[in-house]
Amino acid sequence: MAIKQHSVLPGFGLSLGYTLLYLSLIVLLPLSALVIKVTHMEWAAFWHAVTEPRVLASYRVTFGASLIAATLNLVFGLLLAWVLVRYPFPGKRLVDALVDLPFALPTAVAGIALATLYAPNGSIGRWLDPLGIKVAFTPLGIVFALTFITLPFVVRTVQPVLQDLETELEEAAASLGATRWQVFQRVILPTLLPALLTGFALAFARAIGEYGSVIFIAGNMPFVSEITPLMIISKLEQYDYLGATAIALVMLAVSFVMLLVINGLQWWSAKRLGRRK
Amino acid sequence: MAGTQNAPRSIVTTESPLVRWLLTAIALLFVALFLVIPLVSVFAEAFKQGWQLYLAALIEPDALAAIKLTLLTALVAVPLNLVFGVAAAWAIAKFDFKGKSFLITLIDLPFSVSPVVAGLIYVLLFGAQGWWGPWLAEHDIKIIFAVPGIVLATVFVTFPFVARELIPLMEAQGSEEEQAALVLGASGWQTFWRVTLPNIKWGLLYGVILANARAMGEFGAVSVVSGHIRGMTNTIPLHVEILYNEYNFVAAFACASMLALLALVTLAAKSYVEWAAARQAAEDRRQAVE
Repeated sequence: MAIKQHSVLPGFGLSLGYTLLYLSLIVLLPLSALVIKVTHMEWAAFWHAVTEPRVLASYRVTFGASLIAATLNLVFGLLLAWVLVRYPFPGKRLVDALVDLPFALPTAVAGIALATLYAPNGSIGRWLDPLGIKVAFTPLGIVFALTFITLPFVVRTVQPVLQDLETELEEAAASLGATRWQVFQRVILPTLLPALLTGFALAFARAIGEYGSVIFIAGNMPFVSEITPLMIISKLEQYDYLGATAIALVMLAVSFVMLLVINGLQWWSAKRLGRRK
Repeated sequence: MAGTQNAPRSIVTTESPLVRWLLTAIALLFVALFLVIPLVSVFAEAFKQGWQLYLAALIEPDALAAIKLTLLTALVAVPLNLVFGVAAAWAIAKFDFKGKSFLITLIDLPFSVSPVVAGLIYVLLFGAQGWWGPWLAEHDIKIIFAVPGIVLATVFVTFPFVARELIPLMEAQGSEEEQAALVLGASGWQTFWRVTLPNIKWGLLYGVILANARAMGEFGAVSVVSGHIRGMTNTIPLHVEILYNEYNFVAAFACASMLALLALVTLAAKSYVEWAAARQAAEDRRQAVE
């Protein structure tokens, strides 16, 4: 990190030094401990730990449920952002504030609330049970918990873009004879696309790592409704530290990839909006 | 972020009343199903068997110990990350150096790491099987399955909150005001306290509110390092889990309702800060025009 100082302000060395020291102690050193621990493993043992059938099943559950939850939020997040920006209705400020609830409510609280609501004898589950729909203690319950947890992401990435959207293009398209649906598809949606994808990626990244809200409603049945973070916990409980670390490294690698994807999307988003102005 | 500019739109850039009504109804139904009902159900379950059982669940010694530990954890973790956030934002927003965007990515890293992995990395460092485990055991220092581990895991998961609020804010504000103060003879610290801090106070508060909510509510990371010793290493979320798994639902939801209340206070404070920051920005613009 080459240091070039142009500013006359003081405190560069102190603030950057402290930042790097604290970052190294709290984040980088512990994360590298994980990587180093895995390098002590035989390749075959590592491969066995991360590809044993029960772990493979947990990847399917985690990635599948996260993908469905992020997609649900892509649709409903866009709808919610649209309604909040464009249509007047009573209680709008309240709804707008409430969108952030999943960020503020501890995940364990969300977990027990959803599990109790959707249990076969719960306030909502009671009505779904006769219809043959089981939410709690099934993969569907995992989807519900993840949808709750990741609800704000798409709304909060799309909302500011929609707010700054000029109506001139829409008017021009309409005056040239486009229907409202065509305007939405051809004019509005392309502008929102980077923000939509960013929100989707943020939601997906958050969902794959989520633990607290899911374990209460999932039922945690091997091969059916075990998520990958739970596999790490159960390895730890069996004192299989190497196995837990190997799976954690896979999750960490996925997190890194998602972080790069999100950075790329945000860069694209900024470029797209910058060009419009 | 509440929509304020709802000037009537021209007829060609909005939808028919029926479509508008339908879309609003679907959106509100989604909000009711996924946000309002779960929130209300926490309080409904907590008070299901009356006030007395509710209060009894909160003043029971293990619950009180959990409340104390949660407050202590937030009281250590939030100020640590506050100081870091200010230092990081000062270095990044006020100076030019190579690798800046890489540094910002690294600061954001804890947000993308699974909470379970966040707990595990500290077990690998300080646990009995970890790097420094034998040395710590020799000197009779307990970090994992003890309070320091809980604090460390919480510091990790709340690491980026203040920094990521302040960096864009301070970048947008530039450093002309600070330079003017320095030219007029103020010292570096005076400049920071009298010029920078008043400018960033709302962003700072916003970051602190979010970090505090996460610190008090963190479950996954803390669960890995805590050891779940009742009355000793249980935070409120972990206490909720134990009660729930013992089928003591009233007590579990009573403790959960405290956290839900905290979430509501957080949302209210957040809305207030957003409003106050917007007002200050409008004021600054007006003064700049005059």
